[in-house]
Amino acid sequence: MLAATACGSDGGDEDSATAATTEAPAETTAETEAPAETEAPATTAAPTTTTTVPVDETNLQELLLDAQPGDVIDIPAGTFSFEQGLSLTVDGVTIRGAGMDETILSFADQVAGAEGLLVSASDFTIEDLAIEDSIGDALKINEGENIVIRRVRTEWTGGYSTDNGAYGIYPVQATNVLVEESVAIGASDAGIYVGQSNEIVVRNNRAEFNVAGIEIENSFNADVYGNVATDNTGGILIFNLPGLTQQGEGTRVYDNDVFANNTENFGHEGTSVAETPAGSGILVLSNDKVEIFENRISDNRSANVIVASAIVVGLDGGGADPAFDAYPEGVYIHDNEYAGGGDDPDSILRVIKSLFFPDDPLPDIVWDGLVDGDKLVDGEIAPENRICVQEADAEVLNADGSNDFAAAGIDTAAHDCTLESLEPVVLPVL
Amino acid sequence: MRPIHRARPVLAVALAAWILFGCSSSGEPATVAGDAADEAATETTTTQPEPSLLEEELSALAVPVFHATDNPVALSEWGQLAVSDGELVLSDGITPYALNSALFSDYTQKLRTVWLPEGSPPATYDAEESLDFPVGTVITKTFYYPLPEGASATDLRVAKGAAAAETLAEPINLSSVRLVETRILAHRETGWVALPYVWNDEQTEATLSRTGDLVRLTLVDAEENTETQFPYVVPNTNQCSGCHATNHTTKEILPIGPKVRHLNLDVDLGGGLMPQLALWQDLGIVGELPADDEVPKSAAWEDPSIPLNDRARAYLDINCAHCHNKNGPADTSGLFLEYSTQLGPRLGICKPPIAAGTGTGNRRVGIDPGEPDESIFIFRMETADPGAMMPELGRALAHQEGVDLVSEWIESLDGDCG
Repeated sequence: MLAATACGSDGGDEDSATAATTEAPAETTAETEAPAETEAPATTAAPTTTTTVPVDETNLQELLLDAQPGDVIDIPAGTFSFEQGLSLTVDGVTIRGAGMDETILSFADQVAGAEGLLVSASDFTIEDLAIEDSIGDALKINEGENIVIRRVRTEWTGGYSTDNGAYGIYPVQATNVLVEESVAIGASDAGIYVGQSNEIVVRNNRAEFNVAGIEIENSFNADVYGNVATDNTGGILIFNLPGLTQQGEGTRVYDNDVFANNTENFGHEGTSVAETPAGSGILVLSNDKVEIFENRISDNRSANVIVASAIVVGLDGGGADPAFDAYPEGVYIHDNEYAGGGDDPDSILRVIKSLFFPDDPLPDIVWDGLVDGDKLVDGEIAPENRICVQEADAEVLNADGSNDFAAAGIDTAAHDCTLESLEPVVLPVL
Repeated sequence: MRPIHRARPVLAVALAAWILFGCSSSGEPATVAGDAADEAATETTTTQPEPSLLEEELSALAVPVFHATDNPVALSEWGQLAVSDGELVLSDGITPYALNSALFSDYTQKLRTVWLPEGSPPATYDAEESLDFPVGTVITKTFYYPLPEGASATDLRVAKGAAAAETLAEPINLSSVRLVETRILAHRETGWVALPYVWNDEQTEATLSRTGDLVRLTLVDAEENTETQFPYVVPNTNQCSGCHATNHTTKEILPIGPKVRHLNLDVDLGGGLMPQLALWQDLGIVGELPADDEVPKSAAWEDPSIPLNDRARAYLDINCAHCHNKNGPADTSGLFLEYSTQLGPRLGICKPPIAAGTGTGNRRVGIDPGEPDESIFIFRMETADPGAMMPELGRALAHQEGVDLVSEWIESLDGDCG
């Protein structure tokens, strides 16, 4: 039982070689700007050492404590049950299972710990396993650089419920984050949530039955592409909230399939996502420099795309953070494919539809209409701050939120402009 | 449910480590008494000492030791405290200490000690942060419960009650308590390390358990006539740093309690009540102190003669601020609960949550002035759901007295979140 083994043991590299180079095919069409899929990242110079003892529930936490930079902890196929949350604080460690449906870390019996697995470390890779039924968040990574989450499934197996843990895959205050080919199901807040982080790629994942499928919050430079978001309350959310270490900007959302995110909002009142109207496809809240293009967005019953200020949903903190810029600015929406949606909206959008569009669905793109008066130039929104729309046949609703929605109406022409495309995110881990 | 971890009674290894340490401590400010080391060396020739022999051994080993690199398997190898004649006693040179307000840990009582090796310079004074103790310092904290009437330590039934000794100077009578764990903080050249030791049922020895432990206890509250089963969690070493790495970026482990504002009180070390910091100065634990009135003092949260605001802020400071500070692991929340935080959104006033998830309890702001039942603070303090409660670590029970205090304080606050 003395498992001082993950460190210092030698050999056993053949397993890691197999798993590390496995390449899951992307579900969606290859995107021209997407960097080519590469082999497993070599994020540390240290030679990798793979666990040679059988890893199971009795020794995994000890192996995590004793891990050395460069170690690979291989967890075989099987379901492993934990009463307490697990944690890792050693840099340069890889945790690897035998597949997201084969290696299952189950927290159904958990009595202590606010997460399934809590990581505070850099150069961290986790791949090919599932984390199920944690009391709180499934996988939280709090501060670190070069974080790779690959083919990880986080799921609450009893279906969507307010009693489920908040976040599935949850890197926060991290730099260089890659989340790919993963699956997040049933989170009572966000399935994949990257918060207060910089340089992010979230690609080729699947998020379903979460309140927020994929959420980028208060983060700089994120590429979100090739994902499938369906059956969430909101599909893909790009948020800025007040009172945090940083406000973010610079997110590209492209080549995603965002359809039928119509699940009732089962978030906890008081959380920001609890304000998300059920049936939101892509929702931009108070974030700047967001480019949304070449997505397939359909059948989201509130609206396929919503651009709004935190003010309109009461999330601006009442001005307590004077540095907080509550207005979404420099948002460029173009070349997306739309179908359906807007037919059975939630919250205030329901009222707007009944008043102004009793017989028609809401337009594909809804803007709350709030404008930062302090930034107007000669009474006009500065070009770089505009919300520009170039779509073949989608229309834009100005909800007239600054005027209590009194004169909500279609005003697509006001958004007939273009913005410079954003630069792709380049990650050293790719 | 399966236990995650079983303690490993590896006495031979422990004694081997003891000897090893004796050989490798040159240059360190550590002191190993030759006698004790020799006795230990003799001991290794026997394979498995009988329990009775072990008990004798413990008192013989009661000389404080700084382990500069190794992590001894047995707590007794640190020589800070020892079991002797049915009592838990402190070794010569070990100073017990107390805090104005202490972290709530499932109603455990705590025996805290500090030791600086002979010849060490004293810790330098710091008005705000933890005292800057020299390398070689060993701090211990022993968590124990008084026993309910008629119970023995092996029953796993423990009482909500007072400390086992009237003053810091008195030893703890082991027939009246259940020892659970002793945590060591040792200041090495490379920084502080935190090591949890779990006591055996016989209360003769505690064994290093780096993976922590889960002890299923029943808390008996004689006053309320209630019994509550709960999983007492001994933290693993990562969880130790979960609180003690108060700066989450540097991840440096630091003591939390020994800040002057917490230590600024009168204690009885055997000579009647005396100012603790002055005693520490006399004992060479702390160096030059400023004038009395310049030394900050946090409130004793249980002392009703102190203004409510001071007590509540002291409670939040010692229970929350190790994470909720501007560099702490909870800086992601934008909520800062140090003694010095101004009343405002950063302290939670009318502040919406960021990533509270289940922890909101369907309430909209951290503190709704005048409305404790609308405040997330109170929900997260009252709940014992590990996914929703605060603090995230270190308790499985709600601290009713703490909830009452913070509720009363929120009740007293003016304002309106609109």
